[in-house]
Amino acid sequence: MRKKDFDVVIVGAGPAGLAAGYVLAKAKVNVAIIERGTFPGSKNVMGGIFYRKALDDLMPDFYKEAPLERHIIEQKLWLISEDSVFSTGIRSEKFNKEPYNCFSVFRAKFDKWFAQKVQEAGALIINETVVKDPIVENGKVVGVRTDRPDGDLYCDCVIAADGVNSFLAKSLGLREKITPNKVAIAVKEIIGLPENVINDRFGVSNDSEGVTIEITGPYFEGMETMAFIYTNKNSVSIGVGTIIEDIIEHKVNPNDLIEKFKTHPSIAPLIAGGETKEYLAHMIPEGGYYAVPKLYTDGFMVTGDAAMLVNSVHREGSNLAIESGKLAARTYLEAREKGDFSAKSLSAYQTKMEESFVLKDLKMYRNLPHLLEEKRYLLTKYPQLIIDSMYNIYNVDGVSKPDKIKAIKERLKKDFGYWNLAKDMFTLWRKLG
Amino acid sequence: MHSLVFIKQVPDAAQVRVDYETGTLIREGVPAIINPFDTHAIEAAVQIKDKFGGSVSVLCMGPPMADEALKKALAMGADNVFLLSDRVFAGSDTLATSYALWAGAQKVIQEVGPVDIFWAGKQAIDGDTAQTGPGIATRFDVPLVTYAVEIKEVDPQARKIKIVRLLEGGTETVEVPMPCLITTEETLNHIRFAPLPYLIKAARTPVVLLNSSNTTIDASQCGLKNSPTKVKKAFTPPKRERGEMIEGSLDEIVNTVYAKIEPMLKQLGKV
Amino acid sequence: MIKQDITQYKNVWVFIEHNEGKIERVSLELLSKGAELAKDLGCEVCAFTVGDKVEQFAKEVGEYGAKKFYIIENPVLKEYRTEPWRDAIVYLIDKYKPEVALIGATTLGRDLAGTVATKLSAGLTADTTALDIDPSNKNLLMTRPTFGGNLMATIFCPDNRPQMSTVRPGVFKAVKNPTKPEIIKEKYDITEDKIVKKIIEKVQTGEEKVNLSFYEVIVAGGKGMGKKENLKLLEDLANVLGGTWAVSRKVVQAGWAPQSRQVGQTGQTVHPKIYIAAGISGAVQHVAGMKSSDIIIAINTDPEAPIFEVATYGIVGDCLQVLPKMTEMFKQKLVK
Ligand SMILES: Cc1cc2nc3c(=O)[nH]c(=O)nc-3n(C[C@H](O)[C@H](O)[C@H](O)COP(=O)(O)OP(=O)(O)OC[C@H]3O[C@@H](n4cnc5c(N)ncnc54)[C@H](O)[C@@H]3O)c2cc1C
Ligand SMILES: Cc1cc2nc3c(=O)[nH]c(=O)nc-3n(C[C@H](O)[C@H](O)[C@H](O)COP(=O)(O)OP(=O)(O)OC[C@H]3O[C@@H](n4cnc5c(N)ncnc54)[C@H](O)[C@@H]3O)c2cc1C
Ligand SMILES: Cc1cc2nc3c(=O)[nH]c(=O)nc-3n(C[C@H](O)[C@H](O)[C@H](O)COP(=O)(O)OP(=O)(O)OC[C@H]3O[C@@H](n4cnc5c(N)ncnc54)[C@H](O)[C@@H]3O)c2cc1C
Repeated sequence: MRKKDFDVVIVGAGPAGLAAGYVLAKAKVNVAIIERGTFPGSKNVMGGIFYRKALDDLMPDFYKEAPLERHIIEQKLWLISEDSVFSTGIRSEKFNKEPYNCFSVFRAKFDKWFAQKVQEAGALIINETVVKDPIVENGKVVGVRTDRPDGDLYCDCVIAADGVNSFLAKSLGLREKITPNKVAIAVKEIIGLPENVINDRFGVSNDSEGVTIEITGPYFEGMETMAFIYTNKNSVSIGVGTIIEDIIEHKVNPNDLIEKFKTHPSIAPLIAGGETKEYLAHMIPEGGYYAVPKLYTDGFMVTGDAAMLVNSVHREGSNLAIESGKLAARTYLEAREKGDFSAKSLSAYQTKMEESFVLKDLKMYRNLPHLLEEKRYLLTKYPQLIIDSMYNIYNVDGVSKPDKIKAIKERLKKDFGYWNLAKDMFTLWRKLG
Repeated sequence: MHSLVFIKQVPDAAQVRVDYETGTLIREGVPAIINPFDTHAIEAAVQIKDKFGGSVSVLCMGPPMADEALKKALAMGADNVFLLSDRVFAGSDTLATSYALWAGAQKVIQEVGPVDIFWAGKQAIDGDTAQTGPGIATRFDVPLVTYAVEIKEVDPQARKIKIVRLLEGGTETVEVPMPCLITTEETLNHIRFAPLPYLIKAARTPVVLLNSSNTTIDASQCGLKNSPTKVKKAFTPPKRERGEMIEGSLDEIVNTVYAKIEPMLKQLGKV
Repeated sequence: MIKQDITQYKNVWVFIEHNEGKIERVSLELLSKGAELAKDLGCEVCAFTVGDKVEQFAKEVGEYGAKKFYIIENPVLKEYRTEPWRDAIVYLIDKYKPEVALIGATTLGRDLAGTVATKLSAGLTADTTALDIDPSNKNLLMTRPTFGGNLMATIFCPDNRPQMSTVRPGVFKAVKNPTKPEIIKEKYDITEDKIVKKIIEKVQTGEEKVNLSFYEVIVAGGKGMGKKENLKLLEDLANVLGGTWAVSRKVVQAGWAPQSRQVGQTGQTVHPKIYIAAGISGAVQHVAGMKSSDIIIAINTDPEAPIFEVATYGIVGDCLQVLPKMTEMFKQKLVK
């Protein structure tokens, strides 16, 4: 009999892998997490928004000790054009009360802390080691091959949590090659600013309260783009994510996109005087529900970004990753009871996922990526219309309000045609409903 | 063969920047690494272990986060790692540091056994003094071999070791009895890519914590107060401004450059 | 820390480093600087050394101003070995109690100073580039680069004597100031059988013996030189300018040049009047070793290369063309 080094080998120490490792270690499973970075989070130097719920279920009150930046009390959505902004959003004192909804975090610090907890629970984390291949015997995944000498590890089950480029899922044929219309490239910067300046500019009363702004609109010239600004304690994270296909088509450089974004008249004052401390480009899977592969095969499950689990509309990813890691781990525990790690046994993971918010949420938006791909003007013309209309209504120039409304209607008719407008609205309603 | 390697955790010099306004170094966000010279000391010790058997212990004095450096050392093949961490050591100069490391090493010897070779890096890339290694050797009263570039011969029976060390204008080969202390140059060896079983073992091996209460360290010889040298002030050297770009044809460029440096060449008496 | 009566300590001592019967230049530089310090302190500058036949150095140390010359002679001290030299020197210092002891920050000096200072429980400042006397309390102020030259620190040693420092070669000028030193010869008994370290072999390659810091002009090349043979272009230009050539670490790693030619954090630190950097990207570790040069001329094909951030004059171009052109043109001008 060949040796078995571990019960489970998890590939990747991001939120998905760590969550799976935590659940397994707590259940006294002999588990190793292989991470190619120098430490968990080291490849994730940037900040983001972390949603409490999924992890709180595993580690109650974790937020009281984890290294977090600010809890978010206000979330805004901006539509921007060259010179204007249309703003909506929600600010609530309910968000300002424990246990809080979400936080800004630095993943490098956060993942490292999380990894510490996972280690304390009993999992082994092995850094600076790259998994090269799954080891497959008789059609079953029985381990992984790493880039180290003597680098093969055998186990009952491999959990892939190796992020958006998941080499493992691809090599097992679960995932197709990513096409440029299914991933966005995000360019991010951390801009250092004094705490009190951030508090003033974003209208919060102290350094534990934070704000997020998600931004899209005609400013991005019809490219499917979502930009954002998040407040950290003494910096802001600013970024622009654009579908790669659009980048190729418009022949733009993602770096230029963020540079231009930073000069927008409503963005520039928020970051004025700040110093860029870090810079990163990373991919985000945006294919939505239809891009999610089959989540298991014999001796193998795939979680998190590796399974394309990102809700791009709400910019949620880490919570989906954690939830999926948790469910994969629980599936393993059940399979172990039966001593059966076959695809059939592990298919329970797929079922659990279908029943969880993860796939339900993605399903709700399932047609959106395709729709936006077909009708890019939804991202330009309508937002522009909203911005212009709002501007006209608020601009006191002697024209009567009824005349203004009339002008808007006329433009609607001219630019879109009532029939097309109705059709688009209907489709949107259908696809989102 | 039991080796004891002294390693220091240092900020990655490549990423330290200078704040010219306040005259301080910006260390925020700068990753901490094992002093590059010390990694070669670990590698040398592990290679000797691989060849002759025995074990490699590693001792690091530093803040609690320095346990990461020790984890790395384990992953490179060390067997026992010790972190000497206590407020009383803060601000130690090299005299006090070599005392603390010497005293901490007594504990390692007590736990693991007598040491055949002590190792240190030639120099730490932050403090840059190159004094700690010689200091420790003196306190142990063992022969000191600095700037090692080759371990030529180890004879465990005769308890002798031959080392090639760098001199100002060449090299010399010396033979010393063990125990001895060797400080390492970068060219001593190539760091191997450690096999996976080392990393697995590393992930399972705890860092042993030492402090002034679980060792025999005499606090009155450590720390800022008990260090003979004191830092009066620290400042950043004046920033070099980006200079002038010389453009034109090749001939023009070279002529312009000549014109620019001619006064200096005159001053040097070269023209 | 042991409390000392520091008033017993007097005079500025300079260690005379010697190799094959010749004094290292840095020792003479330190005698000159030591004389200045002694003046501020109202005491004398003295030389000291140990070895086989060292009395012969009395004339030369006198020329550079040493008032006294403390020596120990013993055949077993002929070649430098850390432990016996240390013990002999500790004996001298213990007996005569200098208030300042300066040692050149050479390979030998840094090996020796660390062990001597530990034996004496003395404070030791490393690799100093400036020395001053604090007028208010007569303490020696020693300024030194740390963090690869990114941070300067001024160190002092208020309660212990001697105040020891290793001092970087080439920082101070050796100036003649002839005196006739009084020779004080001590006996230190040590026999070969008591010394455990044996020197098996010494290799002195003429090529490798290079102390870059002695040169006022350095022509340095990096990976952009393309191949080993092209390093000749550096040497050619250096010869015309009466300087020497040096390289970046990548060149050493490629095996094109010996480590002794490397400038930078893990090589030598230099501060010539003119430093020409050809095909060197300007990594921090390299820049740390040369940024205090008076004039830096950078030649690089990449206009974005970081080396231009520290260059006095920047040339965007192919060093394989620029260097020979410089050699050719400078030759005409300098020959006159
Ligand atoms: C710019 C940007 C902003 C985002 N903002 C948010 C946000 O605000 N909120 C949110 O919830 N989500 C956000 N996301 C999404 C979120 O980051 C991801 O969904 C989440 O990190 C997925 O976790 P994961 O564990 O699946 O993968 P990852 O976090 O990508 O972790 C994968 C790990 O696997 C390792 N690895 C990869 N291959 C190998 C291999 N072969 N061998 C060994 N190790 C390997 C990697 O080094 C990495 O550590 C954002 C993403 C981006 C790019
Ligand atoms: C700006 C500044 C200037 C200073 N100048 C001086 C000075 O001139 N004289 C002086 O005596 N002190 C000085 N110090 C204090 C000195 O930096 C510390 O004593 C430090 O702990 C050791 O010196 P180093 O970093 O130069 O190490 P080095 O002596 O260069 O280190 C050589 C080797 O010793 C070992 N080693 C060193 N430190 C440790 C450790 N903490 N744990 C385990 N192994 C270790 C490693 O193997 C290392 O490679 C200075 C400190 C600062 C901040
Ligand atoms: C711990 C540590 C210590 C180090 N210590 C040192 C040190 O002491 N000294 C040191 O030098 N480095 C040191 N380094 C290495 C340093 O980081 C750099 O890797 C190294 O300096 C780069 O050498 P380079 O500039 O020759 O090569 P590269 O970085 O490869 O640069 C080559 C340059 O040549 C240019 N070029 C190419 N062709 C031509 C041409 N035909 N004409 C003109 N220009 C051309 C290129 O544009 C490029 O800028 C250290 C690194 C570490 C991690």
